[in-house]
Formats: sequence, structure tokens, C-alpha cells
Amino acid sequence: MAIPQVAQNFAGSVTEVTLGATAENGGTRTSTVTIGGAKNIVHAGTPADSAGRKPVIAMDVLDVAPTDWPDELMAQYADVADDPAAWAKKCVEQFGADMICIKFDGVHPDKGDKTAEDAVKVTKDVLAAVGVPIALWGCENNDKDNKVMPAVSQAAKGENCLIGIVEEDNYKALTAITLADGHHLITGAPLDINIAKQVNILVTDMGFPAEKIVTFQSTGALGYGIEYAYSIGERQRLATLAGDKTMAMPMICDVGYESWRVKEAKLEGVPEWGEAADRGPMWEATTAICLLQAGADIIRMRHPRAVAMVKSYINQIWD
Amino acid sequence: MALTGLDIFKLLPKTNCKKCGMPTCLAFAMQLAQKRAELDACPEVSEESKNTLAAAAAPPMKLVKFGTGETEVQVGQETAMFRHEEKFHNPSVLAPTIYDDLTDDQLAARIQAVNSLQFERVGEQIGIKAVTIINKSGAADTFASVATKVAASVKLALILCSENPGAIKAALGSTASQVPLIAAATLENVDKMAAIAKENKCPIVAKGASLEDLETLTEKIKAAGVEDIVLSLDTDSLKENLYSLSQMRTLALKKAFRPLGYPSLTALIGGDDDSQIAATSLICKYSGIVVLDTVNPAVYLTLLTVIMNIYSDPQKPVQVEPKLYSIGETTENSPVIFTTNFSLTYYTVESDVEASRVPCHILVVDTEGTSVLTAYSGDKLNDKAVADAITKSGIEDIVSHKKLIIPGYVAVMSGKLEEATGWETMVGPRESSMLPKYLQEVWG
Ligand code: SF4
Repeated sequence: MAIPQVAQNFAGSVTEVTLGATAENGGTRTSTVTIGGAKNIVHAGTPADSAGRKPVIAMDVLDVAPTDWPDELMAQYADVADDPAAWAKKCVEQFGADMICIKFDGVHPDKGDKTAEDAVKVTKDVLAAVGVPIALWGCENNDKDNKVMPAVSQAAKGENCLIGIVEEDNYKALTAITLADGHHLITGAPLDINIAKQVNILVTDMGFPAEKIVTFQSTGALGYGIEYAYSIGERQRLATLAGDKTMAMPMICDVGYESWRVKEAKLEGVPEWGEAADRGPMWEATTAICLLQAGADIIRMRHPRAVAMVKSYINQIWD
Repeated sequence: MALTGLDIFKLLPKTNCKKCGMPTCLAFAMQLAQKRAELDACPEVSEESKNTLAAAAAPPMKLVKFGTGETEVQVGQETAMFRHEEKFHNPSVLAPTIYDDLTDDQLAARIQAVNSLQFERVGEQIGIKAVTIINKSGAADTFASVATKVAASVKLALILCSENPGAIKAALGSTASQVPLIAAATLENVDKMAAIAKENKCPIVAKGASLEDLETLTEKIKAAGVEDIVLSLDTDSLKENLYSLSQMRTLALKKAFRPLGYPSLTALIGGDDDSQIAATSLICKYSGIVVLDTVNPAVYLTLLTVIMNIYSDPQKPVQVEPKLYSIGETTENSPVIFTTNFSLTYYTVESDVEASRVPCHILVVDTEGTSVLTAYSGDKLNDKAVADAITKSGIEDIVSHKKLIIPGYVAVMSGKLEEATGWETMVGPRESSMLPKYLQEVWG
């Protein structure tokens, strides 16, 4: 019996997005990344025709020394935690980060209440320290982000950064400035595909180009809701393949933060669960690899050993 | 794939002889399609049509069982490509390796390590369900003796791994009653292996380098009278495995292609512990059995959690029991927080309370497994529900204060809640992640 053909052709594919601008394009990056482009479900079809671009890892750099990170994670950054530029350099040079994501935790009113000037300085320092493309991620307090992120966007003008996140009830200010400064935008939704679609429509209605958007569907860690993020990722990909242009963007996930919060990643002194030093990085890597099955294109991560595991996985599948 | 009445009609004699009790063959076909009649009622139908109809009624992917009694496991019979369409039915089985060239001490240690790969997490027992015994020594009697030892010291289903029919036969001598999965039949040994599987009533793995080879193998094995088959692609490439697994699942489910309508086994052999984490992709994307080369508990806790999550029912919000949970060394002065019984919400709050190191009572309100905001907008979280939870939990006898921390998102409930309960409400943070800071500042 001949093996039947499986249909390969879909109406849509994931948009290809290039982040970072080199001197040629008016920036100072020494490398860029291009993501997206998948033309099928993950692992369906043939690798050469369907898989799209290789997913990338954006390593987190905080604008303030973390106070609540588990020891195993903190130990990796003890020497650079107070210095975002050195921290970013370490991630790129030692840990092989494809991108850096500056997370402006420190500007949050409850976590340091740093000013726009502080955030601009961190942005400039990191841009000067590393050549990879940069994502700039607000503190997720709307009022504060609306004050700080426009200044950050402006400071990085010309670098073609990825800025976020904008949400259904707070998108105008940041979308406008991201558009003006020529960056890419992250649209966020709380594990709800209809809201995700709605934000993309609101943002594009303001004139923001759909092909410069990356979606963030919210992330659940392994054991703590990853199945919701997983299924929303798969549904986004199916909508994309069916030709829905309002969902055809690449997807970013926040794996580092979510996975290092959970008990299994950080609890020490439970030998029957294996060494905490193994478990934390494995939990983070597994959360990432799971979401890669659902179609993630950019993964935000924290632990170098987890990054190495995920890179090794990505290289086996996408090379 | 279910046949329509018209499909069935085409297979009937079309003589309208009425022996089935129906006026016409078409009427009988319609009854059959709706499962209101049995095919046996028609004495005239051809053998060929009977077989076609029986095959169409079978599930697109075969259910395969191995092990016996308490150790029996089942894989396959999946019906969906995506978990949001329909719950995946039979969770992937993890099966660590044991090689037959170990010394007695090494073997004992390995068995002990394998036996410890059982865990409790979020109130559920999870663990490995099988073990893979590998004939690395090449000797049939060594393999048989190690298989006998392992079989006697584990409560797990067995996978016997050798391409030498003599070794499999020898190992089955003492283990056949435990219904091991035989791994594997290849193009070279298929006749002998299939005969052994048939004789011992064991399921068998078909191992081939391509889908075409696998198809050839399953047809031969079936012809030898063995129905329970597991597919395994003979490659070290994870990429090739994943693309083939997706293709096989699609062919079975969407094309009703019977020769590949079986569950799959994939082995990640060699490499360090970190490399085994790639098994995550095999669990998500369609491998029913995953053979792993490590016994590091951290790897298993992680991968078993993947199985737990990916095979969970997408229609059913996972719930925790609505009651009082005390975290840490609580006293009568410890703070009381309420949240909903959506397990994701609860475990997030629990995790953040633990992180705060402030002992707390968490009062779980029954909101039918919905999150705080959803429950509030659906009126499943209201002053009455919280008052009920307070009464049922007996918290008033446990703490000496009457202060209740409420989720920041439902701050508007405060007034009514105070009236309904007589407790003073304190508005906590909106995001659970801010709980440690809040608790340390307000109660620390
Ligand atoms: S018994 Fe068979 S052949 Fe006769 S009418 Fe019924 S279905 Fe048709």
C-alpha cells in the first residue's frame, strides 16, 4: 500500500520579522535576528519547506539587582547583578544569548520606582555593551510604563528594538512612540486568543504595521498552567495557517521569570526530587522546549545551563 | 473513520431482499451508520464487505497494552492532533534503561534508582510505568538472567530490547507471564520475532529506518497473527523522529492509514542528563513510549510534569479541594488569604506564599475551578461564597483575629464582604507575584 500524501499547503504562514539594525540600516547592532516564517504546524511537513526560521533566545537583564531570585540562579550573576551592561555582556559572550531583553523591573512603583532617566541610562549602557538586538520590556504597571517606555524607545531610536508590552486597555501611548521610533512592538493578552486578536486589530488600526508585531500570549510555567499557553500557541499557529492575518505574528514567551518562581525549580533539600541545581535549569529548559512545540519564536530565559539545553535542542531541529 | 450510511450502502448486496427486517438495503445501511443495527442481521453480505466494515469501525490508532495486573500500561488509541480539540487519552510512558552488561552491584543500584522514580506533586502520584532491559552483552543467557532479576524486583511493565530472537526467547522464558513489550522486530528478524510474539501473546515493536519499512513490518507482523504493534523509527536524529512522528499521527488520524495506525516508541540513548530534557518534544509530539538513558530524579519529575500537563483535559478546569490550606508553621496570629479553587490560581498563590516565608492560611473558595476575575464576573465569587467558605473551614476557631486579605482584583467586594462575614477586609496585591513583598511588609 502506498503511503498517502499529507496536504502541505496552507493559506497563511508566520510573518518573518527581523530585529536589530546594523550600521547599514542606521543602527549600531553588530548582528540581527530573523524569526518566523513557519509554513506548517511545528514538525509537520518537511524541515526545509515548513519549519521557518530558527527560534532565538533573549536572555533577561534587569535594570536593578534582583532581590528574590533563588540562589542557584543568582549565583550565575552575582558578579554583574548591579551592572546591566556587564550583565548583558556576560549573557552574550559567555552564555550565547541571541538577544538581550532588558526587563525594567526597577521602575515599578513597588520595586524601586526608578525614573525614566534611570531607564534610559540602562538602555544606552546595554546598547553600548553588546551588539545583539535588544528587547525592551516595561515593568507592567501601566501608568509607570507610559511615563518611562516612551523615553526608553526614543533613546534606542534607530536600533530596531522589540518593545512591549501593549495590552487591550493600554496600548495607545506605547504604540505611537514605537511606531515613531521605528521599533517592533509586542502585543500582550492574558491567555485569551480573542483578546490577543483584538489587541492586534487595535494596534494596526492606529497604523502600526502588522508585520512589525510579535505576540505575547502570557506564559505559564511547567506544572503551573503551561498547557493553557501551549494550546493558545497551537491555536494561534492554526489560525495563521488558515490565513488569519491578525494572528500571523511570531510569538514570544517569558519562560525565565515564570519557571524560576515555581516550587519545583527552587526547592532545596528534597533529594527524592533530584538536586536543586539540576532541577531549576531543567524546569526552565523544559518549559521552553514545551512552548517551542506550540510555535514559540523568541524565548526569554535566565539560567545559562537552561539556555544551553534549549540551544542544543533548537540546533538539532532547525539546523 | 466513521462511515456514512451511503458508504455502507455501497458495500451491501443492494438486492432489497428484506431478510434483515428492513424494507431496503439503504434503510438497513442508515440503521447501521447510526449503530441501531448489527451487520450480522444481513445474511447476504459478502466476506469482503464484512472485513471492510469491521476495519472502518476500529479506532484509527490501535490501543496497545503491555505489562499485567497492577503494572499494565496502555498506549495509543489517540484521536486528536491537538490537545485543545480533545483530551489526549493515554499519557506517554517513560521507561528508563537497564543494560544487561552491568555487574551485580551496578545492577542492584540501577534497579534501586529506577524504583525511586515515583513522585507526588500537587496531590497526584506520578511516576515511571515501565523499564527497558537492553541486551548490550549480546549473550542470550545473560539477557535472560538480568531480565529475570529485574522482573522480580520492579513493579513496572517490561520492555525487552534485543534484535536477537534467541535472546528474546530466552528472556521470555521467565517473564512471558508479565506480558513484556518485545523490542524489536526488524526487516532482518521479523519472521522469527513475530512468531515469538504470537507464541507468547506479547505486543511487539516494529523498528524500521523509514515509514515504508515500518509499513512493510506491520503488514508482516499482522499477517503472522500479532495485532498489538508499536512503531519505532531506527534513527538517532531527533529531528527525523519528530517529523516522522507527526507524519505518522496525521496518516493514522486524518488518512485512516492502517499500517501506521499504532502508537510509537522513541529512545533517547546516550548523551548527558541535560540532553534527555529534549524528550519534552517527544512527549508533546506524539511518542507514546519514551525510553530514557538516565535515572536522575530531576529529569523524571520534570518530564512527568510535562505528561501531566499535556495530557490534562482541556475542557475541565483543574480544581483543588475548596478548604483551608495552612502553609508553613501557622499560628492563631497568621494572616488569612482567600483565593479560588482553580488549581492554577491556587498553586500560584501557594508558591508565592511559600516564597514570602510568612506562614499563612489560604482559604480556598469554591468557584467551580475558575480564576479570580472570571469567577467574580460570573458571580461565582461573591460575598456569600466567601462567607460560606469561612464557615465551612472552621477558620474562626483557628485564628484569633478577623482580618481577611482579599485579592486586589476584587477590591470592590470589600464592603459587602465585611457586612456578610463580620471580618475586616484588607486589600492584597492584584498580582500573586507581589504577595511576598506584601506579606513581609504588612505581616512580617
Ligand atoms: S438482508 Fe441484506 S441484502 Fe437483504 S435487504 Fe437487508 S441489507 Fe439488503
